[in-house]
Amino acid sequence: MASSNVTGSNVNASTTAAPDAGAPAQAMTMRALLVRGMLVGIAGAALALVVAWIYGEPQVGAAISFEEAHAGHAGHEPEVVSRAVQKSAGLITAVGFYGVAIGGIFAIAFAFAYGRLGALHARATAALVALLGFAAVEGVPFLKYPATPPAVGNPDTIGSRTALYFGMVAIGIATVVGAVIVCRRLVPRFGTWNAVTLSAVAFALVNAVLFQVTPKPDAIPEHFPAETLWDFRIASLGMQAVLWATLGLLFGWLTERSVRK
Amino acid sequence: MAQSVVSPQTAVSRPAPLRIPVRDIVPWAVFAAVLGLVLIYFVGAEQGATSLISGTWVHEFTHDGRHLLGFPCH
Repeated sequence: MASSNVTGSNVNASTTAAPDAGAPAQAMTMRALLVRGMLVGIAGAALALVVAWIYGEPQVGAAISFEEAHAGHAGHEPEVVSRAVQKSAGLITAVGFYGVAIGGIFAIAFAFAYGRLGALHARATAALVALLGFAAVEGVPFLKYPATPPAVGNPDTIGSRTALYFGMVAIGIATVVGAVIVCRRLVPRFGTWNAVTLSAVAFALVNAVLFQVTPKPDAIPEHFPAETLWDFRIASLGMQAVLWATLGLLFGWLTERSVRK
Repeated sequence: MAQSVVSPQTAVSRPAPLRIPVRDIVPWAVFAAVLGLVLIYFVGAEQGATSLISGTWVHEFTHDGRHLLGFPCH
């Protein structure tokens, strides 16, 4: 990956008038960014898997035990996929694809943000885009519709819960993008610190109102252990935090390195 | 010691960030977004709220990831 950047920049690094401007323009191609985003997404997914196995799977297992103990219906449904496969190949596939998808979309968001957020360089831009992406795609939806282990949630409401969840992701993205646009407009008038503070407060207020007016169809069965629910949700949040932190820090480090060459 | 390491780095003139023109980003953005959303749909929602493929295999196979990544599963 890094070597392809170098060969790309060798072609006409010496053409432009500005002493330092030629090489970075060549190093920063969409192709390089997208490939890097997807690879870093896989790395982030690998780290998230470690979190999932250490912190998440015990809670999934506890929730399934609770479900089976309280289901009460005679005879097991035939297992389409065994627990062992769900925990290993299934989990790896799901988290891996998720990491590639989020990594690719992150790279696109970085391409839009780079050079357009004041004087921020590659490393800081990547960290900021990851922070905002985490807030939009995980933070906002999680605060209203947190992850639920098996046995929590009424199967009859899966349709509306899925729609509400993806709707909340859309709201998260829209409010974060809105806050960034507002912030950029406020900077010339109020200065960077005040502009960021004002737009962050506005972002929080808009979401606080939306949380209040959106429905809450969560159905937690009676006697479901609160500790299992809490630990499961923290594990889920931890996986996402690790994935996004990897995107922000590793992608930023690699991109900064290729720009400085 | 720390200063002698840091100062040459900061002394290197850092090129100002060069924007990639929006025109160059958009085709990639559309393609990556569509592909990414399809992947996320199959990981997060297929054979749950909606079902393009009959059966429950996709749902069961991605079961743990779906719960742990925060998607409503069942």
